[in-house]
Amino acid sequence: MKTILIKGGRLIDPSRNFDGRADLLIKDGVIEGMKNGLKAPSGSETIDAQNLVVMPGLIDMHVHLRDPGYEYKEDIITGSRAAAAGGFTAVATMANTDPVGDDPTTICYIRERAGSAAVRIYPLGALTKGLEGKELAELGRMKSAGAVAFSDDGKPVFNGMIMRNALQYAAGLGALIIAHEEDPYLAAKGTMHEGSVSSVLGLRGIPSAAEEAMLARDLMLLETSGGRLHIAHVSTAGSVELIRRAKAEGLKVTAEVTPHHLILTDRAVKNSGYNTNTKVNPPLRAESDRQALWAGLLDGTIDVIASDHAPHHSDDKDVEFDFAPFGIAGLETTLPLMLDEYSSGRIKDLTLPILVDKMSTAPARILGLEGGTLQEGGAADITIVDPDRSFIINPETWHSKSRNTPFAGRQLNGAAVFTIVGGKVVMREGVITDQ
Amino acid sequence: MQTLRRKDILGLEEMSAEEITLILETARSMREIIQRKIKKVPTLRGRTVLNLFYEPSTRTKASFELAQKYMSADSVSVAGTSSSLVKGETLKDTVRNVEVMGIECVIMRHPVSGSANYLARNVEASVINAGDGMHEHPTQGLLDMFTILDKKGRLEELKVVIVGDIRHSRVARSNMWGLQKMGAEVVVSGPPTLMPPDLEAFGVKYCPDLEEAVEEADVVMALRLQKERQEGGLFPTLREYAEIYGLTSRSVVKAKDDLLIMHPGPINRGVEISSELADSPRSVVLEQVTGGVAVRMALLYLLMGGVKEE
Repeated sequence: MKTILIKGGRLIDPSRNFDGRADLLIKDGVIEGMKNGLKAPSGSETIDAQNLVVMPGLIDMHVHLRDPGYEYKEDIITGSRAAAAGGFTAVATMANTDPVGDDPTTICYIRERAGSAAVRIYPLGALTKGLEGKELAELGRMKSAGAVAFSDDGKPVFNGMIMRNALQYAAGLGALIIAHEEDPYLAAKGTMHEGSVSSVLGLRGIPSAAEEAMLARDLMLLETSGGRLHIAHVSTAGSVELIRRAKAEGLKVTAEVTPHHLILTDRAVKNSGYNTNTKVNPPLRAESDRQALWAGLLDGTIDVIASDHAPHHSDDKDVEFDFAPFGIAGLETTLPLMLDEYSSGRIKDLTLPILVDKMSTAPARILGLEGGTLQEGGAADITIVDPDRSFIINPETWHSKSRNTPFAGRQLNGAAVFTIVGGKVVMREGVITDQ
Repeated sequence: MQTLRRKDILGLEEMSAEEITLILETARSMREIIQRKIKKVPTLRGRTVLNLFYEPSTRTKASFELAQKYMSADSVSVAGTSSSLVKGETLKDTVRNVEVMGIECVIMRHPVSGSANYLARNVEASVINAGDGMHEHPTQGLLDMFTILDKKGRLEELKVVIVGDIRHSRVARSNMWGLQKMGAEVVVSGPPTLMPPDLEAFGVKYCPDLEEAVEEADVVMALRLQKERQEGGLFPTLREYAEIYGLTSRSVVKAKDDLLIMHPGPINRGVEISSELADSPRSVVLEQVTGGVAVRMALLYLLMGGVKEE
């Protein structure tokens, strides 16, 4: 394995509050040294990082790689290459596959495939058998097989007693539960946020209360059950407030938000003329929700930015609005979109260290993964970003098999230029080099 | 004659008062053709139209087909069901196949909101929305305005009450947009569970008390009530609905003497409107249907840019 010297970059490591210039030397897959004036050993590669930002490898704790079962949308290999292209060194993949990832066999399959992947792949196990919300899946055996947390994502656990038991049982294993908060009766057949825009468009609405009512229930259960709960893709102002209060009361709850909920609103459905790439669950909400999500992200209520990468084939998306599946593919847009929010100055208090914390340090801490930090002797999972790189989002150039994004054609500033996993460059200037 | 500078008719929300006026004026001259003994002009001879109905329809489909025949257009009608759409060929493939056979204009009814917008984006042919889900039914809105204009001589400053299931109604949406653009005041009535969320988005007033809503009204329009709404828990029984929100001679006592009574059909007699009112001299339910043919002839003419009659 090649020795790499990253020279003259701005290093950001939120785990030890470091933000300054230093060289970084990678040898044998680990970080060998970090200080100014490091010399390149002979035969090593030098990356000139004078105008670049060097950060611990980004971790996307919420993706759908569709493998096994829906490989026509994405598979572990293509998803991992999309991740590498987007600056991620690790992703955690959800269990709504076919078969469902609810037993050790499927977890082992994913880990085995991960051996050929461009980035680290962490399987998330299903919380209940078949994602049916009726019986607990074998959390303990899946944890032994390598599942890093448990979730029925895509579906809520509607039965309150099952959720209570799951939280209690997982606490005994020290396992994290990730909740998709949605009351299926309130959400009913909704296809977008319920509000003035859905009324005008004549589309069935998903009210904010569908998320908030279920979230409130789970927070109440968490009060007595023990355990840790992570809230997936928070989308409403009310949810932010519920989580803020729960954290103030000392509950062990964490939360994530997606770039599309931070950037778009329900108006995108109308402005795009019912473009099904704006159809996502939870739905793009109102402007007041969007602002509350930013406030929650900046005040620490929301810990993580995750893509909820939900790839879909154009055959599935290129249909009438009601018939299209929910989801936005985000692995190759998440970091650029967030960097652009930073560099444009649209969000007053947003800094690069905050972004690195939300996209690396926090997800590593919440999932208990190595990484999220730049430590001598630690694995060299590193993302190098050019915050001034200007480009236009063009899904035709993606590494993902899917193209479903409402952001196509957007001009952005900021992108990853190197993704390094375990000391190996897997992406260089947009080119995947994992072979 | 002026023409419409647009490819498609998708809804009245996106249409200007000038465009609506042009359509209604053109429809008036079209009605003269319908009143002739020989109801046929060569205006659209050699032009081809597809009627694509993914939902059952009697009035709208017959109305479009007659409009095409009176204008001498050649047309084909294809009926589909929403389930065959899900299972079989996609909408895009269906229409592209027909388009290469030379279709210039597609009239489509479809159960999904926004499907007319979707189709219009994907084909070169003109698209006329004949009702898409709960979104819009622009030709119904236009024919309702045509009927009101015909009877009242104006639209501006009229008070029009729409009563019933506004939430699920494409007819209500098209009428709310169209009537207000033309200067009418629109008040809606019905149970709160049948109102769209954030009704203010439409700029109309809501008055749950029907008797109060129709006070001083010039026009009252009842909407068809679908029984599935009761099963969805939006109101308790049809009996109770008829008693509180049904149009009866009792509920219109405070309206003006020359109140126009309208209904887009098909009517559930004794539910949203009593037979007494539906069949009364104040009812223009059948005039609406006649106006429908004229309005659709006008739209075909304006969209397809027919050659002027010698």
